[in-house]
Amino acid sequence: MRRILPGFPLTLGFSVVYLTLIVLIPFAALAAKAFSGSWLHLWAVVTSPRVVASYELSFGAALAASLINGLFGFITAWVLTRYRFPGRRILDGLVDLPFALPTAVAGIALTALYAPNGWVGALLAKIGITAAFNRLGIVLALVFIGFPFVVRTLQPVLVALSEEVEEAAALLGATRLQTFRRVIFPAALPALLTGIALSFGRAVGEYGSIVFISGNIPYKTEITPLLIVSKLEEYDYQGAAGIGLVMLLASLGILALINTVQWWNARRIHPAH
Amino acid sequence: MNRRQSLPSPLRNLLVIAALFALSTGAKAAELLNISYDPTREFYTEYNAGFAKYWKAKSGQEVTVQQSHGGSGKQARAVIDGLEADVVTLALANDIDAIAQNGLLPTDWQARFPNNSAPYTSTIVFLVRKGNPRGIKDWNDLVQPGIAVITPNPKTSGGARWNYLAAWAYAEQTLGKDKAKEFVGKLYKNVPVLDSGARGSTTTFVQRGMGDVLIAWENEAYLALKEFGADKFEIVTPSLSILAEPPVAVVESVAIRHGTLALAQAYLRYLYSQEGQEIAGKHFYRPRDPKAAAKYAGQFGNVTLVTIDDIFGGWKKAQTTHFADGGVFDQIYAR
Repeated sequence: MRRILPGFPLTLGFSVVYLTLIVLIPFAALAAKAFSGSWLHLWAVVTSPRVVASYELSFGAALAASLINGLFGFITAWVLTRYRFPGRRILDGLVDLPFALPTAVAGIALTALYAPNGWVGALLAKIGITAAFNRLGIVLALVFIGFPFVVRTLQPVLVALSEEVEEAAALLGATRLQTFRRVIFPAALPALLTGIALSFGRAVGEYGSIVFISGNIPYKTEITPLLIVSKLEEYDYQGAAGIGLVMLLASLGILALINTVQWWNARRIHPAH
Repeated sequence: MNRRQSLPSPLRNLLVIAALFALSTGAKAAELLNISYDPTREFYTEYNAGFAKYWKAKSGQEVTVQQSHGGSGKQARAVIDGLEADVVTLALANDIDAIAQNGLLPTDWQARFPNNSAPYTSTIVFLVRKGNPRGIKDWNDLVQPGIAVITPNPKTSGGARWNYLAAWAYAEQTLGKDKAKEFVGKLYKNVPVLDSGARGSTTTFVQRGMGDVLIAWENEAYLALKEFGADKFEIVTPSLSILAEPPVAVVESVAIRHGTLALAQAYLRYLYSQEGQEIAGKHFYRPRDPKAAAKYAGQFGNVTLVTIDDIFGGWKKAQTTHFADGGVFDQIYAR
């Protein structure tokens, strides 16, 4: 096929080299480090009960946080794209704040807020909820750092979904619920899933903001990235790389799963493709 | 995965050094880089100024000492990974041993300076809330049910290892060898927040209001008292504690390459001088020199100090028995 702009071989070559340098080589180095010593040691480290407990916590908390972000991110994105009201731009700008804040700063701020002597923590303590130094604190911090991903991936899709579509649905006799369930939601679903996946991926590896609020008690509130730091502190580079590799593979698996769901969903809606 | 972190500290240190090299080309002044751990910041700031004056008077040469602070293990790894430190002044002999194992300095480094290459010492004490409402006097009060103890994670913090070993030494000396593991286990059951570093634990205790007692370096505890007010906290010195010996060493392979070997040795030797010892005492380290020690004795509580060699047979053994993978600390938390 003839194209108006030339340069396909050059840009493709550049992209491949760049991706190799930036992404593939570091990953390969990680894998090489993990397999650099005894495989027995590697296996013992990545399957030790304490490390396994931390996988459950890290992936479980990330999943919980990304689902919460999916729900509230959808509502926020809807409000920001569908309605015009004073202060909308300020609200829109606020969404990016978790992106801009260094994670350690976020962690310290959230801990100060949710600790039993903090503003919010003191109120919650009155109704018997502890929101810092436990799993709830971890989920709260992960919700904070992952929130913008859902909103920012949904916004362009909701803008493109013109209001005439809703009107058409209503004219054709759909109820309000049907309009949302059968018309709007399916169109927004791919972007929503992508946003949730991004938020999840970000949350799984999060370290800076979590170590302050989690309490770091083994088996209870110890996240996997903290165990990687522990291993480094023991000068066990191989063990640290091994745990990192497990996280990487698990994340890749989950991303692949989400992509499969997307693909299946796209086929369902447009069987022609 | 973590795309929004600030620069990792080794990289930041390298950038600082690169900038310093750029600035110093052509200047005759000598430079030293001292890689140290967290609570020595204020001490070395004053000491470096004192040393520069002394060296100028003695040799006529200007010297600037750059300092870098962070968790002791992290700093050691930075040096191993290529951070060009002329001298290291860390929290544990174990961390300098790790540097030596990578061939950057001789393995018998600890014999190069007097007193196991530890010019000043410290120990482990308790910080409690004003008026000591829970009546904490000694280590055995920390294992009582309902007492919340704040101490960092010994797996990630060098200072926390001293805390752990001090508790263990107390249990072994007063209750007997076979009771120590149970005692330390009970103590860690009382820990609601296991921060990754000593400064983090201080923040949790002081700012977040968590816990009844903070186990801390003596010099950190006095600094916290000075900074956050003696009207909010007080220091409790236990009956028995561990003699913490933060060691110093010249990173010989780097210093030889920089041509700063003699200067680096003089820098560390001056720590043992009258002035060096005085500055250490002023910053709440316990001086080795009897005269300086006597002068600052009044500011410290009375405590029986035991050494890591007596109780644990040295750092290497303590490290493998207690803090290595599957060691006693891991067993305490095993389900």
